Amino acid sequence: MSHLSSPNLRQQAIDLLKDLDPRQATLKAKDRIRIPAQDMPTQDPAIRRRNIQEVAEGYFPEQARVEAMRCLQCRNAPCVEGCPVRIDIPGFIRAIAENNFAGAVEIIRRNSLLPAVCGRVCPQETQCQAECTVGKSLKDINQAVMIGRLERFVADWEREQHGVRLPPIKPDTGRKVAVIGSGPASITVAADVRREGHAVTVFEAFHRPGGVLLYGIPEFRLPKKIVEMEINALKTMGVEIRTNFVVGRTRKLMDLMVKDGYDAVFVGTGAGLPKFMNIEGENLVGVFSANEYLTRANLMRAYAVGQADTPIFRGRRVAVLGGGNVAMDSARTAVRLGAEEVHLIYRRTEVEMPARVEEVAHAKEEGVIFHFLENAQRILGNDYGVVTSIECLRYELGAPDESGRRRPVELKGSEFILPMDAVIVAIGNESNPLIRQTTDGLKTNKWGNIVVDDTGKTSIDRVYAGGDIVLGAATVILAMGEGRRAAASINAQLAASP
Amino acid sequence: MHEIVSKEILTDDVYRLRVRAPLIAEERRPGQFVIVQLEEEYGERIPLTIADADSREGTITLIFQAVGKTTHQLGDLKVGESIQSILGPLGKPTHIEKFGTVVCVGGGIGTAPLHPIVQGMKAAGNRLIVILGARTQKLIILEREMRALADEFILCTDDGSAGRKGLVTDPLKEICGRTPKPDLAVAIGPPIMMKFCAEATRPFGVPTVVSLNTIMVDGTGMCGGCRVTVGKKTQFVCVDGPEFDGHQVDFDNMMKRLKAYKSHEDEAHHKCHMETQADLLKEGRA
Ligand SMILES: Cc1cc2nc3c(=O)[nH]c(=O)nc-3n(C[C@H](O)[C@H](O)[C@H](O)COP(=O)(O)OP(=O)(O)OC[C@H]3O[C@@H](n4cnc5c(N)ncnc54)[C@H](O)[C@@H]3O)c2cc1C
Ligand SMILES: Cc1cc2nc3c(=O)[nH]c(=O)nc-3n(C[C@H](O)[C@H](O)[C@H](O)COP(=O)(O)OP(=O)(O)OC[C@H]3O[C@@H](n4cnc5c(N)ncnc54)[C@H](O)[C@@H]3O)c2cc1C
Ligand code: SF4
Ligand code: SF4
Ligand code: FES
Repeated sequence: MSHLSSPNLRQQAIDLLKDLDPRQATLKAKDRIRIPAQDMPTQDPAIRRRNIQEVAEGYFPEQARVEAMRCLQCRNAPCVEGCPVRIDIPGFIRAIAENNFAGAVEIIRRNSLLPAVCGRVCPQETQCQAECTVGKSLKDINQAVMIGRLERFVADWEREQHGVRLPPIKPDTGRKVAVIGSGPASITVAADVRREGHAVTVFEAFHRPGGVLLYGIPEFRLPKKIVEMEINALKTMGVEIRTNFVVGRTRKLMDLMVKDGYDAVFVGTGAGLPKFMNIEGENLVGVFSANEYLTRANLMRAYAVGQADTPIFRGRRVAVLGGGNVAMDSARTAVRLGAEEVHLIYRRTEVEMPARVEEVAHAKEEGVIFHFLENAQRILGNDYGVVTSIECLRYELGAPDESGRRRPVELKGSEFILPMDAVIVAIGNESNPLIRQTTDGLKTNKWGNIVVDDTGKTSIDRVYAGGDIVLGAATVILAMGEGRRAAASINAQLAASP
Repeated sequence: MHEIVSKEILTDDVYRLRVRAPLIAEERRPGQFVIVQLEEEYGERIPLTIADADSREGTITLIFQAVGKTTHQLGDLKVGESIQSILGPLGKPTHIEKFGTVVCVGGGIGTAPLHPIVQGMKAAGNRLIVILGARTQKLIILEREMRALADEFILCTDDGSAGRKGLVTDPLKEICGRTPKPDLAVAIGPPIMMKFCAEATRPFGVPTVVSLNTIMVDGTGMCGGCRVTVGKKTQFVCVDGPEFDGHQVDFDNMMKRLKAYKSHEDEAHHKCHMETQADLLKEGRA
């Protein structure tokens, strides 16, 4: 991907639109397929390496309309099957093509509460866009209709026009529901339960609500202003948010019901337990979990040198171990914090990398150095216990494993040393055990995830759960979908019990 | 917002604050700590032990030494002013039961976290030997409170200005050599002191609990910044601790990790007491 300046992209779209708009009604499938996919305007890589502002700047209205005209309005709409919350994709895209942005948002909001967030961070290329007929006909998934970008466009448009729209709220029922955590699953539950007129309190351990959207995913991918507006919308709806409150410690989960009179509880505590590699040298100074590194940078604002009290370890040569979104975010954060070289080290090849394609492309543009088929097997330090280098081993791909991905096999004797002064371990998260350890009778599986039935209910009556604490580290849209389901069950239960 | 109800200056740079935090006061148990943040925009989150609590009054007591930016700012607060956020109680409570004879060793500011444990152990019916150590007389804190709780009380200063001259490890060894030997030792203080206390009790086979004070961010097990090596396994101090088996802790690694941000933090602040004591202990061993 070479970088095209925004004014260029806009002008191209304006020219196209001049031609397309008058004959929209008569456009045939073959005409639509010929319309070029609209590139996302982005900040110049050379500039954005040194700032934390959002990289992708969002479509211009003309671009959104041109892109929307690429949609064939397939009757069977395979894209909808690919969306975990089954948004009426052809419906909202048609509204955009017709210049009815308000109508488009309304359609999306029927199924998704957080379009500005999901439009930005959904792994579209493996979900809705993977199924798109246009991409399939062009035999290139990157040529599919850019559903996520369109979703983001109308969500941003709505926010800029009227702020986040509030749903109508039914009269007070006198019932109250506790929501634990404030990530996307919890935000969804809070909104959906409050709408029915029940009182809702969100309990969040951190000093600011938003979950991973706030402390994990960096500003340059998801501006915190957007998360704050969603949270403010909840407050305006009358949801009470109690920060610095860790359920299990400040109050036990069951005490929320027994002592404090909550009628139901939703657990949306996420997958906040960092995995380490269990290799030699992992506890040296200069080795961090991605969670720690990103939290210091995002939530604690360590990037604001001189203002923030929380320090961050500034490596000149930084190694990031892993290949998912968390690894990309860590590597790109390290770039922005001034590292001279950032090396991303991944055991398999680029094809197997779980990170979103767009994030990988952005990381490359920003100068992150990718090492494929390599893995750290030891971290070495000096007499002060500070990292000096990592020892890596080369791999090759062998037969596919249970996940269907080809298993990396180590090449004996291929050890080599890379000098480094910081290492970020970004190989994923497991479920945080705090609630499990402090709540008797709460059933969990062997990975420590809370077990729920198909209504989102746990093994304890009136206690529901959803999001990463149930699914393991997953995605924002799945967390939101689970929240929807649990909220519906909670509302049904409260309605049924007098 | 948590209002400061009372404030005392215990020594040069050690403060005692009583702060309003009713929920925490109600739930907290000995051995637990809170994370304090003075200001939510850019403020740092720092862990402090709950030195005492009054659930009727809804207050907790924090005793801390001003060593860096946040603890200095905290020490500058006046009665009536507030701390923006306090999260807790965090960490596993101390395992308290009737062990028999328990020897509790407090070094410097470590005496503060030791206090609620001594209270708990006393209430459980243990015979208590308390050893307090400090560099010099004016740095001793909570002497009166500890004397009142202890069945036997020993004071040590490095310079001999009060009590015995020498390090806390000397009386600790003597006590471990008695018959019957103590059933449990609890040592809280600078890492180097805890390390040598654990070395002192090891040959006698006296189980030794230490309370670790690593650098923390969230305090809920999310970041791993507080990790230490205990018996070759990685543990998170904020959720698996803060108390661990002193004979299993890799203190050398922990001490190095505590210095991780040294060059980043304001070194202009007076040389911290912990390190001066550490130097002395090293000399003492040499
Ligand atoms: C760096 C990073 C990048 C990611 N990138 C993407 C991406 O590009 N696209 C995507 O779809 N997904 C991405 N994800 C995954 C996505 O963020 C998560 O799947 C999603 O946030 C899960 O939502 P949740 O509501 O279950 O919990 P979370 O967002 O994890 O929120 C849980 C909240 O609960 C709080 N909490 C925990 N325990 C307690 C307690 N006992 N009491 C009170 N509060 C508590 C936590 O502090 C936290 O705020 C990423 C994750 C990370 C870490
Ligand atoms: C579970 C726990 C309980 C604690 N209880 C108490 C208590 O009751 N009273 C008390 O005075 N202190 C206690 N501490 C230590 C306290 O958290 C630190 O002194 C504080 O974080 C320093 O913050 P600062 O901004 O003032 O200093 P900074 O500017 O952050 O640091 C100043 C100096 O202190 C060192 N330092 C930073 N963090 C720590 C730490 N966690 N432990 C030791 N040295 C550190 C730095 O390397 C630096 O040399 C506890 C720590 C933990 C983990
Ligand atoms: S929510 Fe995600 S998967 Fe669904 S349509 Fe939007 S971008 Fe696609
Ligand atoms: S599959 Fe693609 S072309 Fe067909 S309706 Fe969905 S977005 Fe439009
Ligand atoms: S402080 Fe973050 S895991 Fe312990």
